[in-house]
Amino acid sequence: MELKVLFKYTDDPDQYKMDTYISHGGYKAWEKVLKEIKPDEVIEIVKQSGVRGRGGAGFPAGVKWGFVPKDSPKPKYLVCNGDESEPGTCKDRVLMENDPHRVVEGMAISSYAIGAHHAFIYIRGEFVFPAERMRGAIEEAYEKGFLGKDILGTGYDLEMTVHTGGGAYICGEETALLNSLEGKPGMSRIRPPFPAIEGLYASPTVVNNVETLANVPEIINRGADWYAGMGTEKSKGTRIFCLSGHVKKPGNYELELGTPLRHLIYDLGGGILDDKELKAVIPGGSSTPVLTPDQIDVPMDFESVAEIGSMLGSCGVIVMHEDTCMVWAATRLAYFYMHESCGKCTPCRMGTQWMYQILSRIESGEGRPEDMDHLLSACDNIEGQTLCPLGDAAAMPVRSFAKTFREEFEYHIEHKKCMVQNSFPSFGQ
Amino acid sequence: MILNDETVKKIKATVPIYPQRRSCILPALTLAYWQEGHLNDDIYREISDILDLKTVDVASAASFYTMFPKAPVGKYYIQVCHNISCALLGADSLIDYLAQKLGVKLGETTEDGLFTVVTVECLGSCTTAPVMQINNDYYENLTREKVDQILEDLRKQG
Repeated sequence: MELKVLFKYTDDPDQYKMDTYISHGGYKAWEKVLKEIKPDEVIEIVKQSGVRGRGGAGFPAGVKWGFVPKDSPKPKYLVCNGDESEPGTCKDRVLMENDPHRVVEGMAISSYAIGAHHAFIYIRGEFVFPAERMRGAIEEAYEKGFLGKDILGTGYDLEMTVHTGGGAYICGEETALLNSLEGKPGMSRIRPPFPAIEGLYASPTVVNNVETLANVPEIINRGADWYAGMGTEKSKGTRIFCLSGHVKKPGNYELELGTPLRHLIYDLGGGILDDKELKAVIPGGSSTPVLTPDQIDVPMDFESVAEIGSMLGSCGVIVMHEDTCMVWAATRLAYFYMHESCGKCTPCRMGTQWMYQILSRIESGEGRPEDMDHLLSACDNIEGQTLCPLGDAAAMPVRSFAKTFREEFEYHIEHKKCMVQNSFPSFGQ
Repeated sequence: MILNDETVKKIKATVPIYPQRRSCILPALTLAYWQEGHLNDDIYREISDILDLKTVDVASAASFYTMFPKAPVGKYYIQVCHNISCALLGADSLIDYLAQKLGVKLGETTEDGLFTVVTVECLGSCTTAPVMQINNDYYENLTREKVDQILEDLRKQG
């Protein structure tokens, strides 16, 4: 069953406008926070709600906010991460396009909570339309007095700025994003210091995903207990699952955390395209280890997916049917990570190239018997050896495909051809 | 000057927004790309003059971001996603179809200067695959008929 908290009004074509958003209860939470709740109390409410980061890592949002030092003489910044670039993920776009004021309101409340007077939303450069919608919403919020100087007569000031990127996956990683926002190449930074201590312009900064912040207004309106009543013991609330690939009804579905993957694929997604057999599912964006059909009764929450060796990640669920060559799929993903490695750390820069070279060799029928060992050794030498998670993100899917479908890789090496010939819905038919 | 008055004005308007000037680089590059359709060294020099920054800082940022072509492309810059979700729904045949229909290889521009076709990584529209972006617009759930119509409409616009 879908449970629409964030998607409650996204089907309303006018929801992006201020008047419609207000008629649906918009900006009540912002007003309440400004007039009645102290910043520390806001942080406490968000901690109590249990909402965790929706970008992929799942870190508790309120705890992250609590890391910002109160006594720092430097300005503080809130940065909303709308880079949305993990393949298989396309949820933040819907929120920015169809309910941008919810994002603005969430950003405003969290800025207030951490004591920031300037908030940025970093949106991937390709998202021209979502960025336009966000700019429009911010402009309307200034006109209504919800942003700017002395907001609603409370003395609190907040500026809000849309910043667009230039087409780099790595900028979804928070320290690369901050470098990009500073006008530099989007390369990751060494941590510590963490952004909460030294982030944007070397000042305390909180970086939160769009979906995370979009939850905040309703948490304020309806209380932490209401939010914590949804989901599982450790994975609270709902998540937007992006269902793509070989399913009959692909789409974004907002579900309570803990909903079985099977329900998403077969009931909401209508099952496998052309009624073929399911072969593999990537559960949380392209970097997460692949699952097999016997694992799809897993409840989709952080802990349950981790227990079976994968990750809930960004909730980008990519479905592959029986006519998909797993060597091909792994090669496609390896190419992506090679393309997107920023080049700062040698294991990632060189390792992603090696992985792609080996995989494309196997894929094109020139694989060597020792290639599987080389491939897994490359994974060993990337994982945990890089400054940011891109290295892990590149190695995890390759390792999982190679281990889970090892016989298919070995067949490819031995017979110089696919065990399963790709047979996809040809475009246009 | 390559950048026109309007673009220069918009670039200058970004200056008061940011606490540090260098943050204006990406917005400036984006505005220049929207005007010219690509970026080059002369544009980096102009941007660095407008923002009073070092040209090398502008160029180093530009060279990192793959969204901006660094040489002239067709009036309509067709970027086809070939990542996993789109590929599972026929992106490769879409790319072949476009190349064949326009009579170009990937990266090439049609003789009339209208179209360039390239592949790109995930556009963040996986649930409506296959997807392509032409200039600033997304085209989703593509079928052969849709692509024919899109190209015909763009040709009419010239």
